Amino acid sequence: MDAATATTVDAAPGSGKDLLLSATDVTMQFGGLKAVNDVSMQIHTGEIVGLIGPNGAGKTTFFNCLTGLYKPTSGSVEFIGRPLPPRPRKVVREGMARTFQNIRLFHNMTALENVMVGRYCRTKTNAIDAIFRLPRHRREEREATARSRELLAFVGLEKHADTLSRNLPYGDQRRLEIARALATDPKLLLLDEPTAGMNPQETREAEDLIFRIRDLGLAILVIEHDMRFIFNLCDRVYCLVRGEVLVEGPGEVVQNDPRVIEAYIGTPQIVEEEGNADA
Amino acid sequence: MMTIGSESRQRFELPARIVGGVAAVVAAASVLLSWSYDPAALDDMSFWGAPSPLQFHYLALGALAAILYLLPIALRPRNGSWTNWVAWNTAARFASFTLLGFPVIAVIAIALEAGGLINVDPGAWLALGAGVVATLAGVLLPTSPEPAMHRIKTHPVIQILAIAAGMGALLFAAVFALGLQDAGAFLLYAGFAAGLVLTLLRLGVFGWLAVCAAANKRVLVLAAFFVAFAFPFTQNGSEANMSIATQVLIFGATALGLNIVVGLVGLLDLGYIAFLGAGAFTSAVLSGSAFATINWTPPFWLTVLISGTVASLLGLLIGSPTLRVSGDYLAIVTLAFGEIFRITMNNLDGSDGPNVTNGSDGIPGIPDLNFFGFDFGATHVIFGVTIGRFANYFWLMLLILALIIVVFTNLNRSRIGRGWVAIREDELAAEAMGVNTFALKLLAFATGAFLAGVAGAVKAHHDVSVTPDQYVFLESAFLLAAVVLGGMGTVMGVLIGATILKLLPEKLRFFSDYRLLLFGLLLVFMMRFRPEGIIADERRQLEFHATDEELAEEVEEELVTYHAHYNPDPKGQK
Repeated sequence: MDAATATTVDAAPGSGKDLLLSATDVTMQFGGLKAVNDVSMQIHTGEIVGLIGPNGAGKTTFFNCLTGLYKPTSGSVEFIGRPLPPRPRKVVREGMARTFQNIRLFHNMTALENVMVGRYCRTKTNAIDAIFRLPRHRREEREATARSRELLAFVGLEKHADTLSRNLPYGDQRRLEIARALATDPKLLLLDEPTAGMNPQETREAEDLIFRIRDLGLAILVIEHDMRFIFNLCDRVYCLVRGEVLVEGPGEVVQNDPRVIEAYIGTPQIVEEEGNADA
Repeated sequence: MMTIGSESRQRFELPARIVGGVAAVVAAASVLLSWSYDPAALDDMSFWGAPSPLQFHYLALGALAAILYLLPIALRPRNGSWTNWVAWNTAARFASFTLLGFPVIAVIAIALEAGGLINVDPGAWLALGAGVVATLAGVLLPTSPEPAMHRIKTHPVIQILAIAAGMGALLFAAVFALGLQDAGAFLLYAGFAAGLVLTLLRLGVFGWLAVCAAANKRVLVLAAFFVAFAFPFTQNGSEANMSIATQVLIFGATALGLNIVVGLVGLLDLGYIAFLGAGAFTSAVLSGSAFATINWTPPFWLTVLISGTVASLLGLLIGSPTLRVSGDYLAIVTLAFGEIFRITMNNLDGSDGPNVTNGSDGIPGIPDLNFFGFDFGATHVIFGVTIGRFANYFWLMLLILALIIVVFTNLNRSRIGRGWVAIREDELAAEAMGVNTFALKLLAFATGAFLAGVAGAVKAHHDVSVTPDQYVFLESAFLLAAVVLGGMGTVMGVLIGATILKLLPEKLRFFSDYRLLLFGLLLVFMMRFRPEGIIADERRQLEFHATDEELAEEVEEELVTYHAHYNPDPKGQK
């Protein structure tokens, strides 16, 4: 806990902008295991924040706490000044959308339909509207289709609108997942390892896509293992080790911090009990 | 069967065509001879020189096979030309199989029905022999490339005419099949139809028809309803067939309700028949029957709405606590619910609590409907054709089925339908994308139950009496089988599945002891060879697009490299 010293909170580039997400002392305990321990995080509008850490550091668990999949054992998460409801679909309505580490698309739906599911929480058509094709249904359907096609074009998938998502190449599936998340009109986008399994070319494209999303005025929190990707991309980086924030700060600071290097590749000195860190 | 190399196939091609063509002609000509000594067997095939209607079908098939064998000799199909858009050889092969299978079934049926092979006359033996020769010739032909008739650019008028002709053929086939009283004859006809369908499929006719239908969807739907509407006129007062047809519609409407729950949302419901029962009992209690327990008879449209509402309330009742479990658990809970419904209806006889259903006696004597003086129980004469009681109910049910189809498709193509399918595909991801999964599942349960309840309201009047023992688990299983067999998530498929599952037992009564065995086998074969059902869901059908196939290969490659480079945490989300 005491090791989790925040280095440069006040100098954060986004500090001039509005505070979007504020997690305070979030702890998630599974039985005897503290997967996330007293993690605090602030994200401002228009900021790209990275979350790194060795395998099992608790990154995805922390994600799940933010998105309502888990209810934190203790601590609080506030989004635009209000506490987050502990239900994934309510979190989405508040304006926070995510992608998954292992792609979770709706495989037997077309790319367009996948994105349109993302519009679900921003539309209000009920069963009666749909059965009788009332004006609200028609209007919302038209708008949702247009917006979804727009988003498909934004991520570069407009040609594959009518392709089943499971038939898309791997990199396109990742981008489709991002388009689906964008369809929920988020203010904060959480990306869980968006470049896992991508080749360098695709990684560069993903980088470019994330910058373009930031330029839309969204904040982005991204989990990643690819260090070059993270330090190219992020304004600030949090390094999570064994459930605790080890270092927080701008990319260069975190990159050169000996504790981060140690957490990833171990110490060159005599290995003591800390040597098991990246188990 | 021995395997023949492609070279020798080429060498055999011309002789095989000539032999096959001659055999097909001989098979066709065999209908001029008597097939059966006993006129009672197979709707009378005992005439010399005057074929029975079934034999005429065989004649037509023989002629088709002869054309398929002989025409290519003159045309010399080449790659790239229109002559190669038809898969001549494969189609000829399937036609030959049917030419053989038809007399095989006929000989067996004659022997069984008339008592011994002695009753089989020369015509059948000749057809059998010709069928064997034709089949051998068909096997010797080289396999043709995939048919490409769907590439033909067709004038819209011709497309519509093609749809009309297809629907006409369908109506004719249905009327003919229902008119066959003899079980062997029905089986023979079913075999013929299956063989013909396979032959035409290989020819590419269905591919072409599908293109025509896709371009004229409204025409297709209108034509289908026109055919269904015209059906009673072909029966001229025959009540037995109209009753079967009405039961098919009721069964189909209920299966469509179940299709929402099973096909779209992917929840396994094994007690679905309870909702049909709830609708039927509600309608019966409000029918004004002498045995009804409530002395209030609202107009029928209101009864329909009340029946649907009662059923959907029941759906909400069972759904709200149980939809939190999923998969096998939900199946078990709904199975139990179906039984609880039946037992409750059995016990609401007044001896212990209120009398609602008269216990196991049920509610008999339900009066016929009467719309503005149009008595559903009476026989009417329209355009000189006698329209009986069941035909009236058939039309009513047809109207209701049309409404149910509208409800189903409109919901399916809306935000709600997308939410349902998203839940089926990945419930957690759907929830994480803002879909209210619990509410949507509940809505699916309520909507499906409503549709079943509406069907039940008509069923009560059609059946005249409602008893609890009509709503046993087996019926739920049949409903589920209809959905799975026909194609989950589709309208057409489920209606076809419902027709098969309702029609076959009625027509093959001698087989009733074995019908469960038969359906079990049918389902096993379907799961093995066509798991998506007779008609595949549009979404699933997209898999067959050529461009998608290329993409699929790419995905395969990508996945291989992905796994080689990066081994993801198999548990994923922890």
